[in-house]
Amino acid sequence: MTIAEKILATHANRNSVSPKEIVDARIDYVMVNDVTGLPAFEVFEEFGTTPIREKTVLIQDHYVPNKDVASAEQAKSMREFARKYAIRKHFDVGRSGVCHQIMIEHGFAAPGRLIVGADSHTCSYGALGALSTGIGSSEAASVMATGELWFRVPESQKFTVDGELGKYVMGKDIILHIIGDIGVSGSLYRSMEFYGSAIVSLSLSDRITISNMAIEAGAKCGIIPPDEKVFDHLKDRVIGEYSPVYADKDAEYEDIFEYDAAEMVPMVAKPHLPENVIPASEIDVEIDQAYLGSCTNGRIEDLRSAAAVLAGKKVHPFVRMIVVPASRSVFLEALSEGLIKVFMDADAYVAGPTCGACLGGYMGVLAEGERCVSSTNRNFIGRMGHKDSEVYLANPAVVAASAITGRITDPEDLS
Amino acid sequence: MKKYIEGRVWRFSDNVDTDQIIPAKYLVTGDRRELAKHAFENVRPEFAEDVREGDIIVGGKNFGSGSSREHAPRALLGAGIACVIAPSFARIFYRNSINIGLPLVECDLDAGDGDVLVVNFENGRIVNMNTKSAYTFPPLPDFLMKLLDVGLIENTKRKLKR
Repeated sequence: MTIAEKILATHANRNSVSPKEIVDARIDYVMVNDVTGLPAFEVFEEFGTTPIREKTVLIQDHYVPNKDVASAEQAKSMREFARKYAIRKHFDVGRSGVCHQIMIEHGFAAPGRLIVGADSHTCSYGALGALSTGIGSSEAASVMATGELWFRVPESQKFTVDGELGKYVMGKDIILHIIGDIGVSGSLYRSMEFYGSAIVSLSLSDRITISNMAIEAGAKCGIIPPDEKVFDHLKDRVIGEYSPVYADKDAEYEDIFEYDAAEMVPMVAKPHLPENVIPASEIDVEIDQAYLGSCTNGRIEDLRSAAAVLAGKKVHPFVRMIVVPASRSVFLEALSEGLIKVFMDADAYVAGPTCGACLGGYMGVLAEGERCVSSTNRNFIGRMGHKDSEVYLANPAVVAASAITGRITDPEDLS
Repeated sequence: MKKYIEGRVWRFSDNVDTDQIIPAKYLVTGDRRELAKHAFENVRPEFAEDVREGDIIVGGKNFGSGSSREHAPRALLGAGIACVIAPSFARIFYRNSINIGLPLVECDLDAGDGDVLVVNFENGRIVNMNTKSAYTFPPLPDFLMKLLDVGLIENTKRKLKR
């Protein structure tokens, strides 16, 4: 069996499962954020029961600190739900960050676990060897009540990336390269599994970027076999026990894709699909905004990459650069490493940990015709603001290099 | 659930994402009718005004991609959409729609804006009344058909009683 099949089998109390089967499986954690929480809480009240406290995680990240009265009411509904049912795993303003970063930092995500979240980027925890996937609000409410959910066992696809990556080539470029190759529905309903020496050599942070964007290929999950880097991360933070799961030697994959890391370069995904990729060095587009943050690329490693490019330089006068660390602890680390000062000395604007500009409803919203180079995961029509604005997805070093020149720039080309 | 529907088509292309169906700035309520006021606002600004109860959406492949927001199928139900037909659906949109009672049909068919379709869920047949072309589609697996019929909320209540 593949990793996804094994995790589903274990959680369905079965010896084995096969692709396309529908199984009822026990869920380890269910997470909702402030946007998907409200509809979940409304549905939950219809059940006339109490939530399974130890499995329920509530995270305020999209529209907090409350941006207007409507978002204030929405966030309040989560606060009230947490108090009413004495749910202690509630991360509110000042203690929070992007929900997926919190799930990873606080030891909810771990190898072999089955985790669902009412946010499509819940697939991020595949980087720790978990099967984690996005669901809707009503389903999240149902899981809070029953602790179970049905799954169609996905077919698995194997992606192998071997070789050495160039200086400015990151996890983001690997996943953009793959999505450019297979398309935004190339892994529809599937489980992606990632292997190869280039994946092994990546930091956990870069692996999270890859798993995070599995959904941009339509996948249910994007899993990387856990190794020492994952176990080190979990030391002193994981909640409870966990057991790593690996694929059998004779696991069946629907497709096998192989890539040479040496051929990969910093990539950019042009509007309005993550599959519209082109090497950063081959595109000449002026930008108005540069955004560094999100569950995709808002970790300390991402901030370091961008700061290394920005150090001693200034953001182009026609560009506003916005930096949003993915969590409180990333922010604190960036402060102590002097990265926040690097950004501010370069004239970037630094804001507290939230989803920030990623989804175009909270801050950093684009006007008509404006363009943003962004370390986020989606460049859909109107994603960051006006329907005629544009988002170009790239890695943190490309975002920083572009902020300096005012046009999309491969950091290698900065003289 | 109705066994048979007849409705007017709104035609969309491939990869309609949930940001198109309902932009993120409106995700401050779960109310269907309220969300429906902004459905497809960026890409089909006339939709919210002109959509009629019983209309059908015909999309291209990977319909409903992107965000997990259940607000997307809720907005479509609030707008009175009776069914969405597409060659393939993004998985979270698919689950959300079935859970809250929005029928989905996996079928690749030719239909333009304003065409009238007759969809028969019992025998898995669709007829485009304008072109007279007929299409077939595989019925939902039993498990999903029951879920669509009963709804996730009722289904969960029954589970809790067991």
